[in-house]
Amino acid sequence: MEPLLKVENLVTGYRTEQGLVKAVDNISFEVNKGETVCIVGESGSGKSVTSLSIMRLVDFENGEIIDGSIHFQDKDLASLSNEDMRSIRGSKISMIFQEPMTALNPVFTIGKQIMETFYFHRSYSGKKAKQRAIELLELVGINQPEERLKQYPHELSGGMRQRVMIAIALGCEPDLLIADEPTTALDVTIEAQILELLKTIKQEMEMSILLITHDIGVAAEVSDRIIVMYAGKIVEVAPTIELFSQTLHPYTKGLLESVPKMSGERGVELPSIEGTLPGIHSMPIGCRFAPRCHYKTEKCVQVEPPLENHYGHLAACWHAEEVRNGTLEKGETT
Amino acid sequence: MNVVHGTDHTQTPPSSEEVLIQVEHLQKYFPLKKKKIFGPPEVVKAVDDISFKIYKGETLGLVGESGCGKSTLGRNLLRLQEPTGGKVFLRDVNFTDLSKKELRSYRKHVQMIYQDPFGSLNPRFTVGQVIGEMLTIHKLATGDARTKKIKELLALVGLDPDRIDNYPHEFSGGQRQRIGIARSLALDPEFIVADEPVSALDVSVQSQIINLLIRLKKELGLTLLFIAHGLNVVRHISDRVGVMYLGKLVELSGTDDLFDHPAHPYTAVLLSTVPDADPAARRERIVLKGEVPSPINPPSGCRFRTRCPLATEKCAELLPELEEIRPGHHVACHYPLEEGESLKERISKNDKGAVNL
Repeated sequence: MEPLLKVENLVTGYRTEQGLVKAVDNISFEVNKGETVCIVGESGSGKSVTSLSIMRLVDFENGEIIDGSIHFQDKDLASLSNEDMRSIRGSKISMIFQEPMTALNPVFTIGKQIMETFYFHRSYSGKKAKQRAIELLELVGINQPEERLKQYPHELSGGMRQRVMIAIALGCEPDLLIADEPTTALDVTIEAQILELLKTIKQEMEMSILLITHDIGVAAEVSDRIIVMYAGKIVEVAPTIELFSQTLHPYTKGLLESVPKMSGERGVELPSIEGTLPGIHSMPIGCRFAPRCHYKTEKCVQVEPPLENHYGHLAACWHAEEVRNGTLEKGETT
Repeated sequence: MNVVHGTDHTQTPPSSEEVLIQVEHLQKYFPLKKKKIFGPPEVVKAVDDISFKIYKGETLGLVGESGCGKSTLGRNLLRLQEPTGGKVFLRDVNFTDLSKKELRSYRKHVQMIYQDPFGSLNPRFTVGQVIGEMLTIHKLATGDARTKKIKELLALVGLDPDRIDNYPHEFSGGQRQRIGIARSLALDPEFIVADEPVSALDVSVQSQIINLLIRLKKELGLTLLFIAHGLNVVRHISDRVGVMYLGKLVELSGTDDLFDHPAHPYTAVLLSTVPDADPAARRERIVLKGEVPSPINPPSGCRFRTRCPLATEKCAELLPELEEIRPGHHVACHYPLEEGESLKERISKNDKGAVNL
């Protein structure tokens, strides 16, 4: 089956005074129809830039797609003109942002912002657009939708605004929904509501979701497959259950271990990943995680490991099999 | 009158029975701008009549959603804001009665770690100045002794002492949080309020800071009030945990007891919503309807009743007091869950009861 979205060898960079900086460096992945894929990574891993590249929103931030292709349906989004891209954005692919406070325009009513997409993509009449907007607000669980249409963003709470954002994103029944940290700014009880909402909507509308998050707990909860990114590279791709049960990459392993578990032993020292992300101007030549890795050998420092299939899922590590089997003794990082 | 001050025998006993901080009926109201000229002024009851104790050597975790008043409580404990009412005792000294001048010298016993490692350090001060300022103000060390003390503090929190002359922007987020911790330790305090100290950090850095706090607490015998919204983090670090909702303390208990047998429906819901990093253990969430009501006009009676699956008329009329229902387990609810009873079970039991009637 042909995947819905196929990203190949994507390189996205930003032009800075110190020269070109590659925020995403040669990554490839797919999203299938009806699948929820999570990209997990810490700040600076390139996960948000990946989503902005797919939406072609990097162009507006001094960035550019330097190399690679983004196949969506039968088009290559990486080389599409801006006009053609506009007909896809918000219609075929739509996006939910992290900050529901700033993503909505404060000077327009909720109704106007929801209906805008229908005028643009669907050329609906005013009456039809309004009716559809009410349907959408009901779908995302906002009561008294007719009243809400006349309200401004500041009159709504954070959770409500995120629901409105989702309503806008779903307006044209997109095939792919990109959600960039959709619950990070929200409280846990509201986060639970939004995650449930995304799950039900996905089933009802048969769309694919690409969820960007730093919270491995959220990823574990909703995704079918997880992509782990580190310093602009994909380090591991696996079906969700497998990522946890058969971790192949030392970074993923470190990430999983460093989160306190709800059933773990309390008060003990947590395993942690020492050190910090390498600076974007001084990326290591070999494996980018090597300076912080317990398992590194000379080869890791010299040669970059390719993203390869081990035991049925992908990992970019020379020692993936030893990490999985736990046969390699942890050395000292120097 | 106040059950909290009854006998305390927590299931996970704190390292000593000595009470370090005692909070009595603490209130913090924020007045709002008057809308009507003749009406009574509206107030936000951010912290509303809260009483509890903190034992020496323990870490008390405080959880709750944004707007529940947990940070306000922390700030009022240290009198960084003036409480509207109530008392805070540090041992037998009434902290709330101290004059400004007395307060200054007392501040060295109580310190604070802030959430934002970027905003809480003066960008124009070197690390040495940030930490050394405390020593200068309290006239504890000058000259070489001061430099030596600062370097010791940097080493203590795992930073290179030679970076004493660097500026905050030269450090990463995690390192800055370490600087903030070093600063709070500069005066050898007994009690530290840590307000969301790891929330702004990346996961891998988060665990480094949690480890540091656990280590420092052991080595220096600190008493911590650890405010956070991340339940897994609070569970990991705390000896006892308090849960707040809309300005009220709704549950307070030993950590294991609270997480294994939550008695307040709100706590039970909170626990069910934590995304746990274990897909094999995907649990059924209990999703609450609606959102936290406005603290300007909080619901009558129990403040959680508008979202509570167990609420009855009694909850609307009578405010439940924080009572000890099991040894060391305090809860403010008319219908607390029994030990070993889940909220789901209670809800279905109630439903059946309704049918039978």
